[in-house]
Amino acid sequence: MAKRHHWIVRVTHWVNVIAFTIMVGSGLRIFNAYPAFARKGGDFCCYPFAHQAIPAWLTFGGWLGGARHWHFAAMWMLVLNGLVYLGFIYLHGEWRDLVPRHGDARDVLEMLKFYLFVRRDHPRQGKHNALQKLAYFTLPVAASLSVVTGLAIWKPVQFAPLTNLLGGYVWARYWHFVIMLLLVVLAVGHVFMVFTVDPYSLRSMITGGYDPALSPEERNARPFLNLLPRRHAEASQKDGAS
Amino acid sequence: MKRRRFIELGGLMLSSALLLACDSEGPRSARPALRAAEKWNEKVERALFRHRSMDRVAQGTQVTGSAFPKYYVSAKVPVWNEAVRGPWLLEMSGLVDHPLHLSLDDLQHLPTVTQRVNHYCVEGWTAVAEWTGVRVSELARRAAARPEAQYVDFVSFDDNYHESWDLASAMHPQTLVAYAMDGHFLGMGHGAPARVHSPIKLGYKCTKYLTKVVFMAERNGGYWSDQGYEWYGGT
Repeated sequence: MAKRHHWIVRVTHWVNVIAFTIMVGSGLRIFNAYPAFARKGGDFCCYPFAHQAIPAWLTFGGWLGGARHWHFAAMWMLVLNGLVYLGFIYLHGEWRDLVPRHGDARDVLEMLKFYLFVRRDHPRQGKHNALQKLAYFTLPVAASLSVVTGLAIWKPVQFAPLTNLLGGYVWARYWHFVIMLLLVVLAVGHVFMVFTVDPYSLRSMITGGYDPALSPEERNARPFLNLLPRRHAEASQKDGAS
Repeated sequence: MKRRRFIELGGLMLSSALLLACDSEGPRSARPALRAAEKWNEKVERALFRHRSMDRVAQGTQVTGSAFPKYYVSAKVPVWNEAVRGPWLLEMSGLVDHPLHLSLDDLQHLPTVTQRVNHYCVEGWTAVAEWTGVRVSELARRAAARPEAQYVDFVSFDDNYHESWDLASAMHPQTLVAYAMDGHFLGMGHGAPARVHSPIKLGYKCTKYLTKVVFMAERNGGYWSDQGYEWYGGT
């Protein structure tokens, strides 16, 4: 059993789950007070679902004022927690596992080929495969952008230069929404892959322990396939044959 | 080990589910924390506030015109009935050395500002209008507001509507007692005969159907602030 995630990474991960959930839920409730982007009397090019409310069960906060209180409280949780995480991975060196490197694009392609059955064997990987690296690098970048766009619509006059940089209030609000969608897609994809490819990694994000013999690479695991550990003899025989 | 993991995981998923419990306001026990966060945010917002931060709309931006939403809290559009209430006068009172009672005509003879700015609604929409009126800072100077006045209450004849502001925001150069919108006197739905307008506060802070501007040492809440919206409501 190898130690995989430092306790700071594990704690910030789960705090982030809570903060992010509150932010998305309350944000959607705020959005529902005016589920459109156009300035009054104007029109907006790029949102096909204008004036259609987000289903209430996806929202949190109960009413506009309540959701705003949650949103403006949880934003501190999200930001401070994010800073602790980023500070830690910087000082501890973990950032090296996540920043894109020369050759990552090719590795991403290889992973996609593997998941699409174009390639038979799981590409070699370090701590994360290339797709994971891409996701875990994109997440904090997008989260930072959600904070920046959020500041632009929280204080459009005091932070006027920022709001103008984003194209004005209407566009800043739109970018805030689009980045939220990106984050939700990444988060849902992440949870899907955890449960269908590497459920053993759940332990590593709770206790920190990870059994390398159960890694997706060892199991040649694709979504829903080869979830169970290979029996050792079988595994080595296969390895010998290939 | 397995059981422990199951319990830990189950706990987390359950708490997330409860947290999201379909459109809820969230656990009551969180309220003190939310109130503390609001207080903290007000401190941050006041620290960020600059008198020189101005709202500007891009050159050539059209006014919203008839699409500018109208609202009031009374059952019917509030109209100042001179037969019952006498002539409309704007009262400048409270902690001031020279209380004023200004007619609409008086207001028009004071130094006037016309500005094309955004209107930021708490709901998330914006609208643009060109407001004409007198700066609240100008009125405060004429009424000789005392130094101990740290808050300003804007009182309406629309039922019991009012909203109190921090002094700094009220003294911002874009905070007006406006009597005209897009070159015409205010319409009935827009707060006639005069209203507060400023792009530096959310719409609900900008009292319409204005009757009194009261300088105070302490804040006294407001119509929407008392119902749970942020008291500060700054942009």
